[in-house]
Amino acid sequence: MFPSASLPRLSARQGCSNAALPQIMHAFANPARFLRIARPLTPVLLLSGMAITAAALVYGLFYAPAEQLQGETVRILFIHVPTAWLGMAGWSAIAVASLVELVWRHPLAALAARGSAVPGAVFAALCLASGSLWGRPAWGTWWVWDGRLTSMLVLLFLYLGYIALAGAVQREGGSNRIPAIFGLVGAINIPIIHYSVIWWNSLHQPPSLGWGGSSMAGPFLWGLLASSLGFTLIFAGVVLARMRALLADIQAEARLRRRAMEA
Amino acid sequence: MREALDPWPFVIGAYALGIGATLALALWSWLAMRRAERRREEARAR
Repeated sequence: MFPSASLPRLSARQGCSNAALPQIMHAFANPARFLRIARPLTPVLLLSGMAITAAALVYGLFYAPAEQLQGETVRILFIHVPTAWLGMAGWSAIAVASLVELVWRHPLAALAARGSAVPGAVFAALCLASGSLWGRPAWGTWWVWDGRLTSMLVLLFLYLGYIALAGAVQREGGSNRIPAIFGLVGAINIPIIHYSVIWWNSLHQPPSLGWGGSSMAGPFLWGLLASSLGFTLIFAGVVLARMRALLADIQAEARLRRRAMEA
Repeated sequence: MREALDPWPFVIGAYALGIGATLALALWSWLAMRRAERRREEARAR
């Protein structure tokens, strides 16, 4: 389906190790195999994510009870918490894909990292905006320079820097290792965001949801989990769509360049 | 003493922003993908 000559980098580095993990990863390294999976999966993820998100947000806006202390502003958390989670998950995905790119040189790892950047940046920006809209009626201010808010703003700037760097590398024909190193180094901000409310005094509340359990009441918890699931499915669908677009761009460029050299 | 702000404009603003931006992101990424894949097919057909 995809001539290997148009994707020299995408086919030359398979089978570099006998270890199980690289073998499993490289089983999905073939762009044709990736597309066979991604083509049906992209609309399924997007549509199911939109349906679940719509149901969760209707619940959050019209049916969830007002909270005792926060009142009606608690409804904003059905937007704010999933976008915060995906803002951080997006950079975690960039970091993991960057590690795979640097260590195993997986052919699709750079595409996965670049595909996660724009949706991650959008969700980080939405987290900041919805948090600000929550903060004004709840705290009496749009913004405070505390650890959580500032580290989240730094994450947004890291996304913008990554998008600019990866775009420049693709345009100028540089090595994918440069944005991969940036992606790995930037990951240091993720635990800082997570632990900022524990390490420093903050207006922001400490985490109320973790692996050990939740301090939230049932009506909020289940709505929040549904909203997070819906937004996550949309995020995954967008990442796949971005990866397909980047792959198609590379293949079209390679084909046109080869034609030009043959002429 | 300051009067408490009406929370509803903030709630509606957050929902409008969240839903609008997410839909715009999904639509943009879908259209960009379709455009790129069409460009690849055209390059292959030439």
